[in-house]
Amino acid sequence: MPAPPPDDIPIPGPEGQRDLDRYAEDSLDSGLAVAQTQLYVSAVEVGGEGRRRGKGLGLGAWLAIGWLTFIVAVSVLAQLGILPLKSPTESFSECARLGPFAKEGTAPGHLLGCDSNGRDMIARMAYGGWSSLVVATGAVLFGLVFGGILGLLAGFFGGKIDAVITSVFNVFLAIPAVVLALALVAFLQGAASSGSGGDNVDPKLLLILAIGIVSVPLLGRITRASALTWSQREFVLAARAQGAKPMRIMVREVLPNVVPAMMSIALLAIAIAIVAEGTLSILGVGVRPPTPSWGNIIGLDRGRIKESPHIVFLPAILIFFTVLSLNFLGDVVRAKLDVRESAV
Amino acid sequence: MLLLVTFFTFSLVRLLPGDPTETIIPFGTDQQRAQLSKDLGLDKPFLQQYVNYLGVPVLKSEGTSGLLQGELGRKYATNQPVSDLLNQSLPISLQLVIYAQFLALAIAIPLGVLAAYRSGTRTDRAINTTAFAFLAIPNFVLALVLSYFVGARLKWLPTAGYQPGWLDQFFDPDRGSMIFSGWEDNHIRYMILPVITLAVGQIAIYMRLLRSDMIATLQENFITMAKAKGVPNRRILFRHALRPSSLTLLTVAGLNIGTLIGGAIVVEVIFGIPGLGTQIAVAISAREYVELQSYILVLAFLFVMINFVVDFLYIVLDPRIRRARAAA
Repeated sequence: MPAPPPDDIPIPGPEGQRDLDRYAEDSLDSGLAVAQTQLYVSAVEVGGEGRRRGKGLGLGAWLAIGWLTFIVAVSVLAQLGILPLKSPTESFSECARLGPFAKEGTAPGHLLGCDSNGRDMIARMAYGGWSSLVVATGAVLFGLVFGGILGLLAGFFGGKIDAVITSVFNVFLAIPAVVLALALVAFLQGAASSGSGGDNVDPKLLLILAIGIVSVPLLGRITRASALTWSQREFVLAARAQGAKPMRIMVREVLPNVVPAMMSIALLAIAIAIVAEGTLSILGVGVRPPTPSWGNIIGLDRGRIKESPHIVFLPAILIFFTVLSLNFLGDVVRAKLDVRESAV
Repeated sequence: MLLLVTFFTFSLVRLLPGDPTETIIPFGTDQQRAQLSKDLGLDKPFLQQYVNYLGVPVLKSEGTSGLLQGELGRKYATNQPVSDLLNQSLPISLQLVIYAQFLALAIAIPLGVLAAYRSGTRTDRAINTTAFAFLAIPNFVLALVLSYFVGARLKWLPTAGYQPGWLDQFFDPDRGSMIFSGWEDNHIRYMILPVITLAVGQIAIYMRLLRSDMIATLQENFITMAKAKGVPNRRILFRHALRPSSLTLLTVAGLNIGTLIGGAIVVEVIFGIPGLGTQIAVAISAREYVELQSYILVLAFLFVMINFVVDFLYIVLDPRIRRARAAA
């Protein structure tokens, strides 16, 4: 055995990688299972170095936490109406298209200018943050719950249950994520508008469902791989020998060990979901205007990028730093959790 | 696998509430609708419809043709065959994805090898940090940044449009190739910005993956052996270490085609390229579900095929797998 690589796939247990390899060889699509997990996790690992495994979080992590706290606080407070912001839907005709770096000059009274309808950018970004964060967090929670349950079942029971769940995952994974999300939004919109509620269904809910469904197989796969290795450990065997029922072993013995792996992926998944919301908005199926979201602020005024670059670039900067912070924190959390696992 | 995908997309489209005949003839009478529904086979039971859609010989209804006969359906609104639209748009997206993949690998492989060779040093850290930042840039943001600064501000490259390249003529004989024409309307000129946009995120992923894999490989005994023999560093890195380490990279590169296609949708829309991504976006907003179903199917088909090819390349790259398969 060569010395372990400095940043292995975060599968707990020393046999993790070997088990995963062996299992992948059994399955029909040999490399696919491993690679899918690696692909997802490789994104987390970027920058993941042993140097952050020590005590303390380091400057970068604190900056990331600070930024995320700021973003969450502003969006929540704006939504509660506590912040002295202008309305995100009120138009000030005199300031339309104006702002920093805009062709027609800056907008007095609006620090970051206005969009093409003369709506205050600060207000729109603050309220838009709420939409983006709600959609992203909701979708990831959906994915964690359903992907987690399915992955746990597949990894713990194996056999036929595993085969069925894995092939369902594979069907979803064979369709590019963005295409699947687009199709699901279109489908859900169709379903919602002809249903009893008419157009009253909150489009945010549709987005949460669509992005959530897309994330189920991705998160499910990781849970499954993790559950698979933990289910083969001695303490599970011990519990079984003591006559514990499968349900109890799964929930009490395996689940607590799988949760850290899921949590470290969750932050990254939220980042991906924020980008997904933006992508869908630009393609015209995101949060419906006039309700702002970071994505649809960009999507609506994408055509005016030449005259008023600020409308597009301000939310883009917000998305960039938020995604960067989430990736970075996910990375730190993962490194920290590995320490705990190796100490057990 | 593909069968499951067809069943999934088919059910999704069929389960969709609302009558497709209303989309095709919004002002038709009930009688006309019933006739159309009969013509389209919509009055048949669900499973029979699915068998017709697949075009299974013997089992399908008389006089219909399905997927196995190469029938991908028609657009509701214009009655245009979806296969025609595919012939126009698919090569565009394929070229975009192929260029992006090659550019990403061409940059990521040397960087990954360098970072692994110099692991722990300042060079390694600089490459890593840059990769980390690039990974946080969503495709659409990078597309907008490039089209604004390089396109609109510096006016070096066009911000929108497309000229056919080497692949288009094989799908659609009416199209020539604009790959050797003057710079103003050259294929490559229109592809540079979209390709860079798509490649950047991939570079970070590939480079990181190769780096961690290579660090492990470089600790193997055969590397020490090669060093002891006095093999030059460059040869050790690229001949001895890169080959075993390229397996994971290859798998991920194959899987990433899906991500690239997804990324291509938004990039095509932003850069006004009439590829498959744009077609999909249009089909969704026009609620052309049959068209959409065919596109998803084609993408899933490509994706599964690519992973077959990747599995095959495994055998070429790794003698151990080759021997194991030969023995089996």
